[in-house]
Order: sequence, then structure tokens, then C-alpha cells
Amino acid sequence: MHELSIVMSILDIAEKESAKNKAVQIDEIELEIGELSGVDMPAFDFAWQQAVKATRLEAAVKTVNHIPGEGLCMNCEAVFPMHQLYKPCPVCGDHFITILKGKELRVKSLVIN
Amino acid sequence: MCATCGCDTNASSSIQHIGEHDHLHDHAHNHSHSHGKTIVAVEKDILQENNLLAQRNRGYFDAKNILALNLVSSPGSGKTSLLERTLTDMKGEFPFYVIEGDQQTTRDADRIYATGTKVAQINTGKGCHLDAHMILHALQGMKPVENAVLFIENVGNLVCPAMFDLGEKERVVIISVTEGDDKPIKYPDMFHTSTLCIINKVDLLPYVPFSLDKVKEYARQVNPALEFIEVSCTSGEGLSGWYQWLKAKVPVTETV
Repeated sequence: MHELSIVMSILDIAEKESAKNKAVQIDEIELEIGELSGVDMPAFDFAWQQAVKATRLEAAVKTVNHIPGEGLCMNCEAVFPMHQLYKPCPVCGDHFITILKGKELRVKSLVIN
Repeated sequence: MCATCGCDTNASSSIQHIGEHDHLHDHAHNHSHSHGKTIVAVEKDILQENNLLAQRNRGYFDAKNILALNLVSSPGSGKTSLLERTLTDMKGEFPFYVIEGDQQTTRDADRIYATGTKVAQINTGKGCHLDAHMILHALQGMKPVENAVLFIENVGNLVCPAMFDLGEKERVVIISVTEGDDKPIKYPDMFHTSTLCIINKVDLLPYVPFSLDKVKEYARQVNPALEFIEVSCTSGEGLSGWYQWLKAKVPVTETV
């Protein structure tokens, strides 16, 4: 249920940005959430529905760009799609892997009114 | 940032808004939005507030030469018992401080207090993890001295605390042999972000189907650099290895 904390952080960022731009309402919000970021999307969506009530985001259209995981093998330097933290390099079988993509957790943009 | 305590800090005023321009309307021609709408390129990490506060804590620890450890595990793996033993056995070797995180009660803080150690209890209410903001407040009340060791016992939860940097030097994950040796791949994030894994309750190994080799193999699949120390807080077996690890991690006063 850390998804609620994540949603509250997004609300905080969105409220501050929109207040700074003197917006009454947020029409759209674009997020980037990586496959390996540790966010469970059903839990996230559930927390979102509850948390945006009576905020500037209540009526906002939420777009989530899911970033697929990508790993770099430190042994053979292969770059490969990474869906789990415990799977070995598909080329050489090594476990020394650096995550290149998939840890993203970002508020990308807002459309305000 | 924190959903639990609700209080605001001044830290937000220092946040740099990357990608924010004072000519925002320049971008509008790329989009088909009606007049009056503005696109704000926010480009902000969602956990930025927590991460900034964590770095602030880290700076405080560095300046005071404090070794801060974040102890994480599922509930009941023996975090508090390990601390009780450690604080008793190593009494007088370092100034020790403990921050206890639990949803409810001061039971853990009471146990630590009984060892004669200065302790702060954070009750997260419904919260499932500690965050850097809570640690900041606890430190303000605790005022640890220089060259101390600070144990932060996180909320018993093998999932959520993995995402929240508290400003610690090292993250120590504790697993007990009664939990099952496949925990590292079932809950990989916690093992991925830790540097030391303490395997507790090894005195119970004869009675449970738990393989030390297997748990290490699984954990190394997630984190090949992970270190292991096997202990029993009941029998005292292996604790000297943990104490040696701790002593080796305490920063020497006359550093760079």
C-alpha cells in the first residue's frame, strides 16, 4: 500500500505546480511509471480514485506511460528486456545486472486551465 | 510528501523545477488544446521530496560522523530482538540510538529503552513504511551525538519500505529461517536494495525445512553483491560476526 504514498506525492507535486501557475483545475496529467519501479498498478489506480477527490486533479485525465524494464549485463554487456529482478542475463546467465530502464516514477506534464 | 504526518517543511521551496520555463505558451502550438489551457512540463521525480529529505538526513549523518542503518524485514523476523542483544552486548562501545517504526504502540521502544538506549518511537498509524520526513522529525527530538550508531527499525514489511530512502548508510535486511527460503525472489525489491542480509533464528534450523544454501542462492540472483551473516538472537550463535561487521562500518573519526 505504498501506492497511496506515491499518489499523495503526485498530488503534492501537481497542486504546487498548478498553484504556481494560478490554475483552477488540472485537465490532464501525464505520468511515467517504470515496470521495475515497484508500483502495483491496480493498487495505484485504487489509491488514485480515493485520493484525488476534492482536489484540482479530481476531473483530470490521467495518462500513464509504462516504461518497460531494460537491463545491462555487467559481464557480457548485453542489453535485454528485464521483467524481473531475479532473472539472469539471457545471453551469458550472469546475475550482475544494471537496470537501465524501468525504475522511472515521474510526473511528466500537466495540462492546466 | 508524507501521507502520515501531514506537516509541511520548507524543503519544497528549494526544489528546482526542471523543465519549467517562463514562456510556457511556446509549447502550446504543438498541441490541440483550446485557448486558456497551458501545458506545464513538470518532469519531476515522484519521490523527489522524500529523496531530497533523505539526502538532507544523509548530510546530517555525514557531518556528525553517524553510522545510520535501516533495518528492514517482514514482521516477526527478529529485528527488535537483534537490537536488544546488540545494544546489551555492545554496551559502552559506541553511543547508540534507535528509531522504532511501528503502526501502533510503543512496545518496541519500551524494549529498547529497557536496554538503557535512547530511543524514539514513530507510529505510522495506517502507514506501511517510514519515510525520510519522519526520520528528520525524530532526529530533531533525539539530537544524537557525534560518532554514534543509529539503528532505524523500519515497519515490519518486506515490500513498501524498499522504495523509501531514509538517508541511511546501509540497508540491512533480516530474514528468519521460519519464513521460507524463497523470500528473496518473492520479495526481490528489498533484497535488491540491501547490502547485508542477516539470517536469524538459525537455532531453529533442525526443525524447519529451510536451506541456507537456497536462500543465499535466491538472494544472489537478485543482488549478487549481498553479504550474509547467520545468527541466532536466542543462542547468541553468529552474533560476533554481526558485531565485527558493525565495528568495521563505523566511520573512523579522522576521515578525509
